[in-house]
Amino acid sequence: MTLLYDRETCTGCMLCIKVCNFGAISKDGDKVAFDLDKCVLCGSCEEVCPVNAIEIERRTVDKEKIAEYRDVWVYCETTDGRLRNVALELVTKGRELADKLGEHLVALLIGYQVEHLAEHLVHHGADKVVVIDEEVFKDYTTDAYTIAVTSLIAPRKPAVVLFGATNNGRDLAPRVAARLGLGLTADCTGLDIDDERQLVQTRPAFGGNIMAEILCPYTRPQMATVRPNVFKPSEPDPTRTGEVERVNININPVQVRTRVLEKVREITEGMRSVEEADIVVSSGRGIKDPSNLALPKELADLLGAAVGGSRPIVDLGWLPPTQQVGQSGRTICPRLYIALGISGAIQHLAGMSSSDIIVAINKDPEAPIFEVADFGIVGDLFEVVPALIEEIKKLQATR
Amino acid sequence: MKQVPEVAEVKINPETGTLIRDGVPSILNPFDEIAVEAAIQLKEQHGGEVIVITMGPPQAKDALYKALAMGADSAVHLTDPRFAGADTWATARTLAKQIGKMKPFDLVICGKQAIDGDTAQVGPEIAEFLGIPQICYVRHIELEDGKHVKVHRETDEGYEVVRARLPVLLTATKGLNEPRLPNIMGIMKAKKKPLEVVDADTLGLPEDEIGLKGSPTTVRKVFPPEKRKGGMKIEAEDPREAARKLVEFLAKKGVI
Ligand SMILES: Cc1cc2nc3c(=O)[nH]c(=O)nc-3n(C[C@H](O)[C@H](O)[C@H](O)COP(=O)(O)OP(=O)(O)OC[C@H]3O[C@@H](n4cnc5c(N)ncnc54)[C@H](O)[C@@H]3O)c2cc1C
Ligand SMILES: Nc1ncnc2c1ncn2[C@@H]1O[C@H](COP(=O)(O)O)[C@@H](O)[C@H]1O
Repeated sequence: MTLLYDRETCTGCMLCIKVCNFGAISKDGDKVAFDLDKCVLCGSCEEVCPVNAIEIERRTVDKEKIAEYRDVWVYCETTDGRLRNVALELVTKGRELADKLGEHLVALLIGYQVEHLAEHLVHHGADKVVVIDEEVFKDYTTDAYTIAVTSLIAPRKPAVVLFGATNNGRDLAPRVAARLGLGLTADCTGLDIDDERQLVQTRPAFGGNIMAEILCPYTRPQMATVRPNVFKPSEPDPTRTGEVERVNININPVQVRTRVLEKVREITEGMRSVEEADIVVSSGRGIKDPSNLALPKELADLLGAAVGGSRPIVDLGWLPPTQQVGQSGRTICPRLYIALGISGAIQHLAGMSSSDIIVAINKDPEAPIFEVADFGIVGDLFEVVPALIEEIKKLQATR
Repeated sequence: MKQVPEVAEVKINPETGTLIRDGVPSILNPFDEIAVEAAIQLKEQHGGEVIVITMGPPQAKDALYKALAMGADSAVHLTDPRFAGADTWATARTLAKQIGKMKPFDLVICGKQAIDGDTAQVGPEIAEFLGIPQICYVRHIELEDGKHVKVHRETDEGYEVVRARLPVLLTATKGLNEPRLPNIMGIMKAKKKPLEVVDADTLGLPEDEIGLKGSPTTVRKVFPPEKRKGGMKIEAEDPREAARKLVEFLAKKGVI
């Protein structure tokens, strides 16, 4: 990668000097000059230059250079001052990959008032946590987070960087990949290290009809987003110790070009995210009327489960879009998926067929959902579910 | 926008483990249909021009005609055997190069993801290559004063209201609108609308930045997913008895 600067085109506005986090640009007469020893090619200047006088030429890293890239990094997303489950899943999986490589696991924690979360990441397996804790990171914005991540990974050269395949993770990772000229594999469900120390990334495609193994042979770091709920977090070990490094990044407001005006929670009190829950109770058109949703809700509450639904239920506005399971909704893999009055169309199966255990209750013995269900009950959900609630209560009372 | 196979009809060859795509109909990616509809609605409300762009094989032209029939004004078809095999990085690079030539523009709207690859990466990567901000998973768009856009962006918990100055790249998700069906008039007009065909030479990107050669990721192998087999299936003649058996099963599995 090289930085190309067109002195002719440059208008001398000096915006690039303001946004450079590495002090690599200085005033040079009425134009600017670059100190390429300090520059990490993060692209902030290229981004802000109003006349495109700066261009970063990003070529692939040659094979010899690949050995310079070491360690596994995981980006640990937070929300409302807590770690998302996927952060701990990534730390656990990252630990395994780092051990296979004989390298370190570094967790990257970015947010506002999040530093105290670092110790959890250590307890789950991180050797080191790099913390960026500043007010500009209070709300997720593509610009601020991209600058933070690229400015850390470009000079420190990790071999692997993993992100959770959440809405924000899938917004951030491709931006970073494009900026640094890196390959990126989306929504992986399997990760391993091969004999040549490459990251083998396995992901479903074509609505789950096929699995693909993907490599990034020429670029480093190797980057992937990882589907939540696929890898299970390890038990925390409170005696584990690790280093916590705090890094400051001075982001200039002009670099953040989107503003979050308001956040609206649709997952109401007591309604869990289908992606994060261990158990999901989902309803389909068989539920007939929105008032009947009280039944799956009662079952879900009893099991500490999230309430989900097929697409028609969401299209009818009976549940918020965040709860839709399937190809055009969320792809989930909870420990237990209970499908009530769902036929099991291919687009629905694409979103839930990797759940550990699938239970289906449907009137129609021919419903395709039974082809994937570990336990199927052919019957009327309005008779079976109340009985099920009774039985579970009985069981819980004996514990 | 991209033409994709109707994935519900894709089957696996059990012997080779590869996709059987013969006879599978091609459609305009459903999320891209939403993106096209959004663009047309904005044009209807605020004026302007809608240009649809695709990179794909010759038959992808059909998807462009569909968008033209819906109401887009003109189309650009990036097609060349050298573009083939592009991963998201090379796809975005190619599309961004073309879009960059078409400045000035106010909005670039992509679908949230293509239903064949399901990556949702091309949109953000185009935005980065163009050096413009992005807002992904948009469910509602408002143009304010012609200079700013205010949108609802879906999050894992609900949505957030985000504002940005134009130009911006948005990715469209379900709920933004209900795409219209092209009518006969639209279909007839579509054939007469301008459709520009662009090959790699005209586009002017080096060969090592396009297609398979320009792709940092490579697919090592594809294989069918482990097929799930149905397990136990019981008739609920007595719902209470069925429920009891289910609870027993779940308790044994340790999930409840
Ligand atoms: C591009 C595209 C994307 C899509 N994305 C998704 C997606 O993300 N998620 C999704 O779910 N769908 C999606 N779909 C829609 C999908 O094809 C199906 O239409 C949908 O999943 C059907 O939902 P359902 O099972 O709730 O309804 P139905 O297919 O109508 O099934 C209802 C079932 O309830 C049963 N039933 C009725 N009454 C009772 C009762 N009293 N007790 C027990 N059982 C009863 C019936 O036997 C039937 O099997 C998509 C479609 C397309 C084209
Ligand atoms: N070949 C292509 N031509 C035009 N647009 C594309 C192409 N591939 C992807 N896109 C756009 O990028 C979005 C995300 O695609 P993907 O990253 O493949 O899931 C799609 O919904 C399209 O809007």
